[in-house]
Amino acid sequence: MSTAKTPRQAMPEQPPLVRARNFEEVPLGYTPEQAVAEASRCLQCKSPACVQGCPVGVDIPGFIKHMAAGDFDKAIGKIWERNSLPAVCGRVCPQEVQCEGNCLLGRKGEAVAIGNLERFAADWERQHHVCELPSRDAATGKRVAVVGSGPSGLTVASDLILKGHEVSLFEAFHKPGGVLVYGIPEFRLPKDIVAAEVSCLQAQGVKLECDVVVGRTVSVDELFEQGFDAVYLGVGAGLPKFMRIPGENLVGVLSANEYLTRANLMKAYLFPEVDTPIPRGKQVAVLGGGNVAMDSARTAMRLGADRVSLVYRRSRDEMPARKAEIHHAEEEGLNFELLCNPVRYLGDDKGRLTGIECIRMELGEPDTSGRRRPVEVPGSEFVVECDLAIVAIGAGANPLLTRSTPDLPLNKWGYVTANAETGKTGKKGVWAGGDIVTGAATVILAMGAGRKAADSIHEYLTWGW
Amino acid sequence: MFTIVNREEMAGGTVILNEIEAPRIAAKARPGQFLILKANENGERIPLTMAETDPDKGTVTVIYMVVGKSTELFKRLKVGQAYQDVIGPLGQPTHIEPGKKVVCVGGGTGVAVLHPIARGMKQAGCSVTSIIGARNKDLLILEEKMGLASGELHVCTDDGSYGRKGFVTEVLKEKLDAGGVDQVVAIGPVPMMKFVSLMTKDYGVPTMVSLNPIMIDGTGMCGGCRVTVGGETKFGCVDGPEFDGHQVDFDELILRLRAYTEQERCSHERCKWEEGGNA
Ligand SMILES: Cc1cc2nc3c(=O)[nH]c(=O)nc-3n(C[C@H](O)[C@H](O)[C@H](O)COP(=O)(O)OP(=O)(O)OC[C@H]3O[C@@H](n4cnc5c(N)ncnc54)[C@H](O)[C@@H]3O)c2cc1C
Ligand SMILES: Cc1cc2nc3c(=O)[nH]c(=O)nc-3n(C[C@H](O)[C@H](O)[C@H](O)COP(=O)(O)OP(=O)(O)OC[C@H]3O[C@@H](n4cnc5c(N)ncnc54)[C@H](O)[C@@H]3O)c2cc1C
Ligand code: SF4
Ligand code: SF4
Ligand code: FES
Repeated sequence: MSTAKTPRQAMPEQPPLVRARNFEEVPLGYTPEQAVAEASRCLQCKSPACVQGCPVGVDIPGFIKHMAAGDFDKAIGKIWERNSLPAVCGRVCPQEVQCEGNCLLGRKGEAVAIGNLERFAADWERQHHVCELPSRDAATGKRVAVVGSGPSGLTVASDLILKGHEVSLFEAFHKPGGVLVYGIPEFRLPKDIVAAEVSCLQAQGVKLECDVVVGRTVSVDELFEQGFDAVYLGVGAGLPKFMRIPGENLVGVLSANEYLTRANLMKAYLFPEVDTPIPRGKQVAVLGGGNVAMDSARTAMRLGADRVSLVYRRSRDEMPARKAEIHHAEEEGLNFELLCNPVRYLGDDKGRLTGIECIRMELGEPDTSGRRRPVEVPGSEFVVECDLAIVAIGAGANPLLTRSTPDLPLNKWGYVTANAETGKTGKKGVWAGGDIVTGAATVILAMGAGRKAADSIHEYLTWGW
Repeated sequence: MFTIVNREEMAGGTVILNEIEAPRIAAKARPGQFLILKANENGERIPLTMAETDPDKGTVTVIYMVVGKSTELFKRLKVGQAYQDVIGPLGQPTHIEPGKKVVCVGGGTGVAVLHPIARGMKQAGCSVTSIIGARNKDLLILEEKMGLASGELHVCTDDGSYGRKGFVTEVLKEKLDAGGVDQVVAIGPVPMMKFVSLMTKDYGVPTMVSLNPIMIDGTGMCGGCRVTVGGETKFGCVDGPEFDGHQVDFDELILRLRAYTEQERCSHERCKWEEGGNA
């Protein structure tokens, strides 16, 4: 066994100046040799702290042991026991605060690269198709409608189809995958990975129906009338937040949802090969400090911007984005305007954006959450010049479905109230999970909620509410 | 599959009607609601209002003007071919108050959007006077249908080639002067809706307009369709498309509709050039 002294295997990546102008994936993936070498660093702890940090409890030492022995097929089998989307999670989980953040090796040196290993095992399996599809239990004759095909909906569909139920997956957009497809860019999560996961579900018998907006095309009650026995709502937090400051409707101010949907779902970066256009800003300002902001900023660079500035109200340590994304964005030349708050947008006589007036902030007294609250520095106004501003300050609960389902209890922010252990809502036969319950969170938490709800739905279909 | 079962050309081939198989949508749609359509894999998501729905046949009908690349591609679809995606019904249905005296004003392809509303109002027992207009006789659409949907129909052309010469607003003014109008509905090019709204405001007659901001998802998820109404930002796709014309910031809408003019022109030119090359 190796020790903490063996350095962590560095992930091969496209060089920053090359990748900042293309949409190909940034990390290239380990070679088999690197994967074995990295796996060998794991201490195989008896009571592994890493597993505590994983929201779905992947048997991390278990799968890594197989990898160290070069048995990648067994490794992926082990991961699949708890996680049905490892190619996705290996790429997008905030590992530094979850599994890797807890790894014993990380206390003195560098944590085992659990995410990179998980990704390798999943990619290996996708490229070699070594494993067979898991077998389905005998048909129960029960029908489940899953609304929304993001990570939580996909997890519910995958779990329940194996238990022998009939599953229909309804998606409002013309393509399945939720944020994995319309939000997270190609250079971070190639879309054919998501497509492969979905076609795997279809091969198992899940019936996918795109272009169905539940609440408009069909209501939740109508789904029951049509013979569904249970409904899972995994519709995400699809409502863009704006700053509500003057000039927000100038041409050139877009929500990150709009910008990323154009780029990813509509593939507008290929315009005019495809028909959907996207604004190509020369000077771009991105408002926010999370993953969504990083993805927007890095997309803008790839669309040919001369300068991309990240305007964030707090300091760097408080940025909620994954560390790897901040690091990658910085390498690619992102300009940080930290402790800086937009006051109003400035435009020309054609209604087009020319800049954002901002004010400097400084960190004041800690607030109730212990974070030092940013306060304005009087008289420090200045202008960030830009012809494109992307607002990435968070998302709220989209009311389209919930308003059309009046007897579904919501909290005061419009999110669906659901039992944290079972996903049961206050409406009989209806479960919910993922971002529409928790507010914008993470892929793995949405999947974890889906897993619990699937267990509860199965119990209901077997025993009753 | 969203197969086209019927197709007509109007206004000299500049306006196209498609009747499309979409049983689920046809069963739910109400007047004033719209669809989002996508022709093929690389296509754009384009919003179009339903001009007609037939729940028994399971079809919905759109009528659109060919203005750019996407509508050009739509135009090339033949009967038996299909749209890859049709999504709906989207937006709020028209709020119809029975028994009112209503004047419906339509310009250009706006008449196609106006028709189901006028008809719905007449069915609800409203007294409907319609005024429709076009630049010239050849561009006028749905005259006969609007006649059936209205108690009284006036037709105007800008150049006087048919009906009365002049703008729809001139006839509207006469109706307003005559008095007794409870509500005006105006649907057409943005400048027309703007001038109608300015006029009716003077007379204090409530006016409903149907807005057409640039959209992507049509479900309130992107915010691209933002319009300012009464000083507040609204999402055209979920809060509308119909709004109080006296509250709408039409000038902002006009500017926002021009956001992609350069790229749209390039895309359309290229599309026409490719067709020329193939022929
Ligand atoms: C740009 C971006 C980057 C991110 N990066 C990361 C990251 O690196 N790591 C990480 O862990 N998390 C990341 N997240 C967060 C993560 O993607 C979400 O927490 C997660 O996708 C939530 O999953 P979900 O299944 O609840 O919903 P979603 O993924 O939002 O999927 C919901 C689906 O439901 C559909 N839908 C909505 N309404 C209806 C309706 N009425 N009828 C039918 N279908 C409907 C939507 O179209 C969508 O496809 C990121 C989010 C964004 C936006
Ligand atoms: C709710 C709604 C209902 C509509 N109903 C009808 C209808 O019944 N009949 C009809 O002829 N037209 C209707 N329109 C307008 C129609 O959507 C546009 O004419 C069409 O999108 C033009 O696309 P294009 O690629 O052919 O032209 P382009 O060259 O791309 O654009 C021409 C102009 O159309 C507008 N436009 C472009 N893309 C979009 C988009 N994604 N969404 C909205 N507008 C866009 C822009 O102002 C642009 O300058 C409606 C629009 C909305 C929002
Ligand atoms: S699912 Fe995410 S948190 Fe769990 S082990 Fe994999 S990368 Fe780590
Ligand atoms: S904590 Fe680290 S070293 Fe220990 S089992 Fe987990 S990955 Fe291996
Ligand atoms: S079209 Fe996206 S919010 Fe209206």
